[in-house]
Amino acid sequence: MRALAFVFAGLGLLAITGGFAESVAAAAIEGGGRQPLNVPAIIMFLIFVAATLGITKWAASRTRSAADFYAAGGGITGFQNGLAIAGDYMSAASFLGISGLVFATGFDGLIYSVGWLVGWPIILFLIAERLRNLGKYTFADVAAFRLEATPIRSLAAIGTLTVVAFYLIAQMVGAGKLIELLFGLPYLYAVILVGALMIVYVAFGGMVATTWVQIIKAGLLLGGATFMAFMVLGTFGFSTEAMFRAAVEIHPKHAAIMAPGGLVSDPISAISLGLALMFGTAGLPHILMRFFTVADAKAARKSVFYATGFIGYFYILTFIIGFGAITLLMNDPSYFKVAADGAYNKITDILGGTNMAAIHLANAVGGSLFLGFISAVAFATILAVVAGLTLAGASAVSHDLYASVIAKGKVAEDKEVRLSKFAAIVIGIVAILLGYIFENQNVAFMVGLAFAVAASCNFPVLLTSVFWKGTTSRGALLGGFLGLISAVVMVVLSPAVWVKTFGFKAALFPYDNPALFSMTIAFVGIWLFSKIDRSAHARAERDAFEAQYVRSETGIGAAEALAH
Amino acid sequence: MGVNDASHIRQDPLFQELVHKRARLAWTLSAAMLVIYFGFIAIIAFAPKVLGTPIGNGVTTVGIPVGLLVIASAFVLTGIYVRRANSEFDPITRQIMEKVK
Repeated sequence: MRALAFVFAGLGLLAITGGFAESVAAAAIEGGGRQPLNVPAIIMFLIFVAATLGITKWAASRTRSAADFYAAGGGITGFQNGLAIAGDYMSAASFLGISGLVFATGFDGLIYSVGWLVGWPIILFLIAERLRNLGKYTFADVAAFRLEATPIRSLAAIGTLTVVAFYLIAQMVGAGKLIELLFGLPYLYAVILVGALMIVYVAFGGMVATTWVQIIKAGLLLGGATFMAFMVLGTFGFSTEAMFRAAVEIHPKHAAIMAPGGLVSDPISAISLGLALMFGTAGLPHILMRFFTVADAKAARKSVFYATGFIGYFYILTFIIGFGAITLLMNDPSYFKVAADGAYNKITDILGGTNMAAIHLANAVGGSLFLGFISAVAFATILAVVAGLTLAGASAVSHDLYASVIAKGKVAEDKEVRLSKFAAIVIGIVAILLGYIFENQNVAFMVGLAFAVAASCNFPVLLTSVFWKGTTSRGALLGGFLGLISAVVMVVLSPAVWVKTFGFKAALFPYDNPALFSMTIAFVGIWLFSKIDRSAHARAERDAFEAQYVRSETGIGAAEALAH
Repeated sequence: MGVNDASHIRQDPLFQELVHKRARLAWTLSAAMLVIYFGFIAIIAFAPKVLGTPIGNGVTTVGIPVGLLVIASAFVLTGIYVRRANSEFDPITRQIMEKVK
């Protein structure tokens, strides 16, 4: 372990020195070049890496059983899990992307951020406690509770791996570009560094290390964002009216930034995106997995309450940060690419593009040291999210595909965990390769696709298997697959991919987000194929609903499942 | 827990009270969240001017407090659920569990 950590630290140093040599040559990133080497950021990031590797070492010494590896032994408290969920969910894309959207459009950024929050209450009301009462390590445990293991776990694993793959590619490419920009590291080194660290966290420290990386990251991100929002509001004597007035004056769109703009032009698209965000959140495998790390349903419930609070608070902060960037940056040419005659576009000419608004604001309110801190936090943010994704993917391979589908449950626990660690390493390497391959591709649609698949495959299968007695294996399998396939096909045929990525003239499917249609297909498919399933097997599954129902509502029998 | 236990518990009036109360609360709160969120989106889609109206003589528009209220509502709704679950549903669940023992 120590030797490995040493190797990775060395790799980091190598990457840094490599970056130094190349940082002179500006890389062609959208809207700006690579930044000069950011020394305070790198020092703070190395401190973070050293601390998390220390935690990983400690976590590795405590990770003995499968329950430790997949679910941190169920020993995480509700509050800790709430923070970890927030750390798992708040990506660099939401921090930099939403504050950048507020910077560019004002109120529209708020509309967008709301969508990322409203799924959480639904998870609490319908999913969290039942998930904890029925499952052990993955959401497939719940879907396959009374349904046939082989088809349902295969489906859940494919759904999980699809979501993880798209989410991970988007994160890796974003990470590479962001780190290139923030730290002055070359893209490939950045991607390798992220991949290597996530492998170490997951393969050695399992869920315990992943959880603590997420908790620390959530604390750093919330702390840093709170400081920025506080400094911005302080500039205006803590009057939001004064801040908005200054922003309206400075922003080229003036009063338009205080009203809805072009984000919701078409109601069908807006509803479809809303459904994907709302129910996709409830189908994200790395999020669902977090509910097995707490002792019981009561703690699962508490975790969502805290997580909703942290995430909601965070989105309010990003809104203030976006307005802070408008008021404190737009009149300062040093943050912009200025033409020879001194002119610049106050939105698009910002160095590094609008996603860098929060980063520049960190410099404006806290100087270069705080800029370094926020850059390091952005890096830590990526690591926490990719670690959660990798663990979810590795668990789907070892716990669902291998242990249940291939070995039919006849596998020793330590062998299953070893396989999971191996799967984490493979997923990490594949993620590095995909990050490299997709460097210059448009990956913006991939997070949307991940949410669409989660909402159209994982969520319907999970919901119907728990709530509807009539669900049969055949129904869930066919409906889930139809949801998965239709979501992917519709995204491929959508304007974002068919036109913007493949370069065809007209899109074959008019909406960028398919959830409204693909979710309908999934639910109707599950209902229809369950209804017409008259097999003896289906009857047995319907009969088994009662026992599942009682356990999902009361948790009776759930505790023994973990302590097995 | 065997199948017999399960049907036994399911017949228990306490269990029926638990699931009935919890389902009613859960679906009501879910519906509230859906109405709040999609209501917000519907206003933006069909009557965006409403949210763009300034409050009084200031530049702050109606949309700002409304947007923040949608965020706050998510947290408040989860709070309502957790409160009722802790004070009402957990004691009933405990009673059911004690009977099974």
